[in-house]
Amino acid sequence: MKAFFCFCFSVLVMPNLLFAQDETELVKKVKAKLDKVNDYTAQGIMRIDVSFIDAPESKVTVYYRKPDQFKVKKNGGISILPKGGISINLGTLLSNGNYDIIPGKDTKINGVDTKTVKLLPQNEKSDVVLAILYIEEKNLVVKKAAVTTKENGTYEIDLSYSKYIDWGLPDKVIFSFNTKNYKIPKGLTFEYEKGDRKKADTLKNKKGKVEITYSTYTINKGIDDKIFQ
Amino acid sequence: MWQLTKIELFKIFKKPRTYIAFAAIAAIIFLVQLAFYLDGEKYMGFVMASVESSFTLEGNMMNGYFIFFVILQTLLVHVPLLISLVAGDMVAGEANMGTLRLLASQPVSRSSIILSKFWATCIYVLLLLSFMAMLGLFGSMMIFGTSDLMVFKSDKLLLINRADVLWRYAAAYGFAVLSMITVAALAFLFSVFAENSIGPIIAAVSVIIVCTILTTMDIPFFNAMKPWLFTNHMLNWKGFFERPVDKPEVLKSALFLMGHIAFFVSLSVYIFRKKDILS
Repeated sequence: MKAFFCFCFSVLVMPNLLFAQDETELVKKVKAKLDKVNDYTAQGIMRIDVSFIDAPESKVTVYYRKPDQFKVKKNGGISILPKGGISINLGTLLSNGNYDIIPGKDTKINGVDTKTVKLLPQNEKSDVVLAILYIEEKNLVVKKAAVTTKENGTYEIDLSYSKYIDWGLPDKVIFSFNTKNYKIPKGLTFEYEKGDRKKADTLKNKKGKVEITYSTYTINKGIDDKIFQ
Repeated sequence: MWQLTKIELFKIFKKPRTYIAFAAIAAIIFLVQLAFYLDGEKYMGFVMASVESSFTLEGNMMNGYFIFFVILQTLLVHVPLLISLVAGDMVAGEANMGTLRLLASQPVSRSSIILSKFWATCIYVLLLLSFMAMLGLFGSMMIFGTSDLMVFKSDKLLLINRADVLWRYAAAYGFAVLSMITVAALAFLFSVFAENSIGPIIAAVSVIIVCTILTTMDIPFFNAMKPWLFTNHMLNWKGFFERPVDKPEVLKSALFLMGHIAFFVSLSVYIFRKKDILS
């Protein structure tokens, strides 16, 4: 009987533990790569694709400082960002290391082989409930992340790398998220009915996207505290 | 003609009632600016609650461009009432004072007299709207600064780059001038019929109120009438705050308003030429 249990443990449980160790190592390596970046200031172009927001693409400056300070600013203008989601950048996700790692299936993302890793935060108060990372083992970068949060639903983050791959910093990030209903009473908008009613249901619970294409990064040069205030 | 127009302008600006409109506009603009300055965050909170449930907004949202947009939406519906005060008095006021017969006996054609009065009314409208733009736009820009303009619609939020805003206001100003001249032409036409300025002022205001109510009520029976109401077309200054600008719709409305102006003024000239002036 004892031998049978030993057999079951070695056949059924051990491989998972070993795999989990592999994935833990992989996450550690990715984290170590991202840890090289203490802060960055990046220039980029942001596009918003949300059914009820009509905004032109705009030049933005993105600021990040370890462990979890993240700000997107449009010079002299107004920036609209999905709540919560945009601040969940990879550095923030992996910053504290207090999570359990569960290995998943290997997957191809845009033709690139990736390892799937699920992160479960140990802190019950964490807003992130589950994060699934698709890691390209060869370059130690996250190609895609799906993050489920308590407050702001589920986000998907698609990342493309080029010039700054050695730092683990993407050239293009696409955030996808669910949007809630949008409706403002006409009394507040001072709108007058002109008999051209649109279908309200087309604006309900659609997927939204925010895309940032980075052109340059200034890495580890320090950032003024005022930026994050 | 210009000499006659200058005389008419002199008469307009000699009357205290002319300044009522300027004072009312200044008061409304000042009150809106003060309200936003003291408690604008609360209004912004109401308006943006729907957006802020999903998004975080960064930047100066309550800027001068936004404040002026709110002012325009509030004021442009009511300015016609103020314009009627002056336009409705142009001919009827003279008839009431007994100076119309004296005027008509001068060696100037009746068409010149009536047209110079209309041009003077148009200049008054231009000055009133310029005053509104100066105080509302440039005043708000000085107090609240500039940034991108957020245009809240009941089903959409439009964000316009700040570099893309001023030409829209200039175009909307041009359109507003056209709209207000239409109102002035209507009050002017009523003025030709009357011997007392109260009648044409009230008649013009009543027409505007009725048409505006028909424009704003969302009842299918009224919807069929809307394309034929000039008050409906007057609202199309907002077309310049769309992306892209709905050019055919704005142009159609502009032509519709110009047609109304031409009709009202031609009728005024025709009636004034035939009018038996007894006062």
